[in-house]
Amino acid sequence: MDMPSPNARVLARKAEIVARLRAALPADAVIDAPEATRAYECDALSAYRCAPMAVVLPRTTAQVAAVLKICAAEGVPVVPRGAGTSLAGGAMPSADSVVLGLARMNRVLEVDYADRVIRVEAGRTNLSVTGAIEGEGWFYAPDPSSQLACAIAGNIAMNSGGAHCLKYGVTTNNLLGVTLVTMAGEVVEIGGPYADAGGLDLLGLICGSEGQLGVVTEAWLRILPKPEGARPVLIGFSANEIAGACVADIIRAGVLPVAIEFMDRPCIVATEAFCHAGYPDCEALLIVECEGSEAEIAEQLGLIREIAARHDPVEFREARDAEEARRIWLGRKSAFGAMGQMGDYMCLDGTIPVSSLPEVLRRIGALSREYGLEVANVFHAGDGNMHPLILYNANAPGEQERCEALGAEILKLCVAVGGCLTGEHGVGIEKRDLMEVQFAPEDLEAQMRVKDVFDPGWLLNPAKVFPLHVSAARRGAM
Amino acid sequence: MRVTCEADLAEAIRGARAPLAVRGGGTRGGAAAGLEVAISGISLYEPGALTLIAGAGTPLAEIEAALAAEGQRLPFEPARWGGLLGLAGESTIGGVVAANVSGPRRVQAGACRDSLIGVRFVDGTGTVVKNGGRVMKNVTGYDLVKLIAGSHGALGVLSEVAFKLLPAAPAQATVAMDLAPGAAVAALAAALGSPFDVSGAGWLPGVGAIVRVEGLARSVAYRAERLTALLAPFGARQIEGAGLWADLAEVRPFHGRAGDLWRLSIRPSQAPEVVARITAAGGEVVLDWGGGLVWARMPEGADLRALAAPYSGHASCLRGAAPRFEPEPAAVAALSRALRARFDPRGIFTPEGAL
Repeated sequence: MDMPSPNARVLARKAEIVARLRAALPADAVIDAPEATRAYECDALSAYRCAPMAVVLPRTTAQVAAVLKICAAEGVPVVPRGAGTSLAGGAMPSADSVVLGLARMNRVLEVDYADRVIRVEAGRTNLSVTGAIEGEGWFYAPDPSSQLACAIAGNIAMNSGGAHCLKYGVTTNNLLGVTLVTMAGEVVEIGGPYADAGGLDLLGLICGSEGQLGVVTEAWLRILPKPEGARPVLIGFSANEIAGACVADIIRAGVLPVAIEFMDRPCIVATEAFCHAGYPDCEALLIVECEGSEAEIAEQLGLIREIAARHDPVEFREARDAEEARRIWLGRKSAFGAMGQMGDYMCLDGTIPVSSLPEVLRRIGALSREYGLEVANVFHAGDGNMHPLILYNANAPGEQERCEALGAEILKLCVAVGGCLTGEHGVGIEKRDLMEVQFAPEDLEAQMRVKDVFDPGWLLNPAKVFPLHVSAARRGAM
Repeated sequence: MRVTCEADLAEAIRGARAPLAVRGGGTRGGAAAGLEVAISGISLYEPGALTLIAGAGTPLAEIEAALAAEGQRLPFEPARWGGLLGLAGESTIGGVVAANVSGPRRVQAGACRDSLIGVRFVDGTGTVVKNGGRVMKNVTGYDLVKLIAGSHGALGVLSEVAFKLLPAAPAQATVAMDLAPGAAVAALAAALGSPFDVSGAGWLPGVGAIVRVEGLARSVAYRAERLTALLAPFGARQIEGAGLWADLAEVRPFHGRAGDLWRLSIRPSQAPEVVARITAAGGEVVLDWGGGLVWARMPEGADLRALAAPYSGHASCLRGAAPRFEPEPAAVAALSRALRARFDPRGIFTPEGAL
């Protein structure tokens, strides 16, 4: 993974820069000892590491603004960090950077059930947003797998999704407003507890901009009343194609489940060995979850049973109680853990048109054989967001490179069938060099123009998202 | 000038020597004349993948008919404003996107911009730019799709749009309450705060507060009954209300009526106070989105922004002497101006009254 060489002028001024940061922040908010900055050397894409020059952990928006003003004046790159759970290297530092961590900004500022909104500091974890309101029967919908740990700031930066976004949408569909601090240290309020932007939709632009346009310190989020209940079914099939056809039929029938999850045989075998969820011995399975009152769930599941029957399922298992529901979800929720048990794995995140599912699975199988690396598939089938997991051994010479090459081939395949490189994890450094597969030069130019407006010196998370050779002239200007 | 393909659109913009007033169907009171985008036709519709791609100049009616034939629909319930503004013409899908127009179902299914998954547009230099695509989940690069939606043509001219779709609901039910508009907001909030998946919550003169549920037949019957019980303190009853939702989306009570027309998107709990001030000043209202959207018909020349302040949100003047768009805070305005300068360096897309 290429990263720009650190700016020697910045490294030479480290002592002065750290002193300025210390003068502006409380004593415990600046970390520069090498043994302490190492804790921030990577995010969840742990194959790539680089300790930053310093880490700051501000407690207020004013402190964030002060940090950014100093870094702007000193020409220091800033890497914003929520909880460091990015799978794409979105929070990976460079040696000349200041990591701006938001973990200490985690308060709930306002809850208003009549207006169906909550305002939180952006370092608050995803699950603890729901935690603050579930006692009253409410929840915050986006549910990335890392929701116990990941921060709202990172969710906004990456426009995170989750298993239930088929019904509830992803972060951008549930975000109403932000307090944004620009690289110049200016505090800008965008949106608020009301629907729709007035002028240009800057909120929609900021969400998913991977920390390159500004640092979000507070957010207005839409909250929802909890449904009366939810229940999954598990349907086993004798072929991937049949499972894919069943997904399309469920969608066409007018049922809108909150989740349709797909697992293929390698994934089923691995999770069975790991957690003994009692899944059927079959080529592919779907987990479909419906919400509502008992009667409503029964009505939807009845329809799904009829549709599934036309595809000659190996098994149709309906959860009759909470324990059975838990067991149906157990294997799916353990899938990544099960893969981790078997060795190293790389998790991809491409999205494809749902109609291409059987073809793409077939071609992934062929690529897997060609590269000699096993691939297990587990993904959100309702919206075509795939998560192929490539198994490899990081200690075997050349195997990580072979794994990355296979990953790139799979993502190119996703683009070739009309899909995209990343559905919910973000580009970061991981998919940065594949952006030209999906975008023409003028498409990337249009996006970089936006960064020029918000961060003319290209100091915020500068070596991410855009291929280095594409952004070189702009980054060089700093 | 009328263009029917993207290449001609790009050519027209490259060749423009003076500001271009761009329009789709001319039904939303924007540009009066100039460049008409007639890039028309559905290029892809996959019902099994809930996806549709169409030229920006495709009539909304054509898209709705194609979807209805497969039992599907645009989630955000796009509304026609032609009747409201007294404008003849056929709404185009590009116009809907450029104005980010969403109907009553916005409270449940999100806005137009939330269903929009891909765009192609021509910027002010005549360059074709694509963003997003045809898949439902996509975080690859910056989300210019959202930026373009609702930009009223200030950054570029749409040539193609892609949407995610929803199955049409086989059944719906409406619960009504005989309440004044100010008092209706609390009842609508109670409905939207229930687990019964409300897909519309508004107030119409002569009708009162209305709440809608949609879905499978048995589920709709169940939820309508539970909602009626929940809202019993407000005098709720089920009515035959299917037609009311188009009345609300198109603001039919104001059709053919004189006066200035305003549209306020505000914090719903502020609606009772704003409504009180509007009626005290001789205005009339229609409410949507649980009170978060206030339509106001005002005596000519009334400055509703001053009258209603302070409020969280923004007010647009669709007919009247006031500027169409709410002035923005300085920091936001500076960013918007800078974005426009980047996408339209020659100032081609700056018709008077635009953003």
